[in-house]
Amino acid sequence: MTHLLYGIFIDPFVQMGAAPDLLVQTLWEGLVSGVLYALIALGFVLIFKASGVFNFAQGIMVVFSALTLVGLNEHGVPAYLALALTIAVMLVLAFAVERVILRPLVNQPDIILFMATFGLTYFLIGLGELIFGGDPKVMISDQLQLPSGSYRIPIFGGYLQMQKIDVAATIIASLMVAALAVLFNRTRIGRALRAVADSHKAALSVGISLEQIWVIVWFAAGIVALATGIMWGARSNVSFALEIIALKALPVLILGGFTSIPGAIIGGIIIGVGEKIGEFYWGPLLGSGIESWFAYVIALVFLLFRPQGLFGERIIERL
Amino acid sequence: MGRSVGGPILEVEGISLSFGGVVALQAVSLDVREHEIRAIIGPNGAGKSSLLNVINGFYHPQKGSVSFKGRKRRRVDPHEVAQQGIARTFQNIALFRGMTALDNLMTGRTLKMKSNFLHQAVYWGAARREELEHRAKVEEIIDFLEIQHIRRTPVGQLPYGLQKRVELGRALAAEPDLLLLDEPMAGMNIEEKQDMCRFVLDVNDQFGTTIVLIEHDMSVVMDLSDRVAVLDYGRKIADGTPDEVRHHRAVIDAYLGVAH
Repeated sequence: MTHLLYGIFIDPFVQMGAAPDLLVQTLWEGLVSGVLYALIALGFVLIFKASGVFNFAQGIMVVFSALTLVGLNEHGVPAYLALALTIAVMLVLAFAVERVILRPLVNQPDIILFMATFGLTYFLIGLGELIFGGDPKVMISDQLQLPSGSYRIPIFGGYLQMQKIDVAATIIASLMVAALAVLFNRTRIGRALRAVADSHKAALSVGISLEQIWVIVWFAAGIVALATGIMWGARSNVSFALEIIALKALPVLILGGFTSIPGAIIGGIIIGVGEKIGEFYWGPLLGSGIESWFAYVIALVFLLFRPQGLFGERIIERL
Repeated sequence: MGRSVGGPILEVEGISLSFGGVVALQAVSLDVREHEIRAIIGPNGAGKSSLLNVINGFYHPQKGSVSFKGRKRRRVDPHEVAQQGIARTFQNIALFRGMTALDNLMTGRTLKMKSNFLHQAVYWGAARREELEHRAKVEEIIDFLEIQHIRRTPVGQLPYGLQKRVELGRALAAEPDLLLLDEPMAGMNIEEKQDMCRFVLDVNDQFGTTIVLIEHDMSVVMDLSDRVAVLDYGRKIADGTPDEVRHHRAVIDAYLGVAH
């Protein structure tokens, strides 16, 4: 018994103190995967904020966009042209989703739209496999001139090893979030997005076109998906298995709140760092595997005590 | 700007609207002249809001037509109606609750803004200048409506009367030619009603805006409006100056009930 308590409450912290370089390394690893979770969650938040639709297909959009990019390149399209074409494909997808799914289903209950995004998920899986095949592919990191190799920074008498691609991913993600924050808070389009999120009829009455706004948010979510797909693909490879990781966005959203962009970021980082730290220091005690369930347990705790998340709007039901 | 009532700006002809078996409007026709204040009154469920929603493009009538500024239109969406110069408020306030009063008014400028998406995305040059110009216009409206002190308050936190005023402000920010007000004084106390009456008159007088308003409070309507149309069970039963309408047999019956 004392052995167990020692293992839980004392030993991990002793280890952290004894090898601070390892702690920093673990924090960094956690931050990197947290950033990627956050990016996926960000795609969800964009669409949820503006249209109230929980887009189950966000995960597959990550895979689909990366697959399109790599697939086009395999068929002989130069890397940057393939990138431009993929962006165009995401734009076409946004228009198609608005025309085929959102417009006919406007004013239907949320659950119907949610189910429609399930349909979209399986459609994109099928389409992706049909055109590009189901085999995992290697991200075209070199052609896109993504950095490779790593930095070794001496720290606390040891080393912090940082993959350059991870550093780049973190920087690009930060820039993207900053751009979105400015767009949302300072511009007409952003105000229109928030307006649509608040009240459809009022938005219409001041001349905002719902269709246009929906295309914009789905396109923005598509771009975020593409960036996520490239970054994630560069670390492992591009395959439909990525979609499983996209499910991690769900606990991130529960933690951060479904309507909050900062929430998605901070939620992602908490989950990313939490699971890496948990795995590294407490994992051996529990026979490891913490990474696969940690996020969901955190989400469960939040659902019990703070269902609106850290930054979400308070849910007040008037009776 | 002195106000002189001109020719018809809006003509509604033979509008019939039903939802399934429920008839909301039956062959309703009326016209609205430029610069006038036109009231639509009637008992609950008479079809007043439905008519406004037809004019505004929320509902598409089965029969009849609406012409605005001489252009007849078939089927239009609300945001297109807004583009043509019609703004409105709602019976149950429809504000953007999470936004400040200022931002709510800025959304009213949506259609006046021209800078493209790319500008918006990077927030440079034109978009920035434009934002400032529109800000100046919105500040004028804020002064006009005397809501300077709540400029930065999220509207969800404001009392009801002020929310109504912000909603009027958002409609005014679009500089509409025609303003539709759906029960602008509903649920207000006497003082708030008087303020709102003053604003409606001032808008009409200073900006020359044509106003169509729906109202329950008879005394308000009689004081404010140039002409009054009366609806009952989806039909127009009377139309004329406040005095004519007041003494109209059918109107008295509709409001007070008829002995059977």
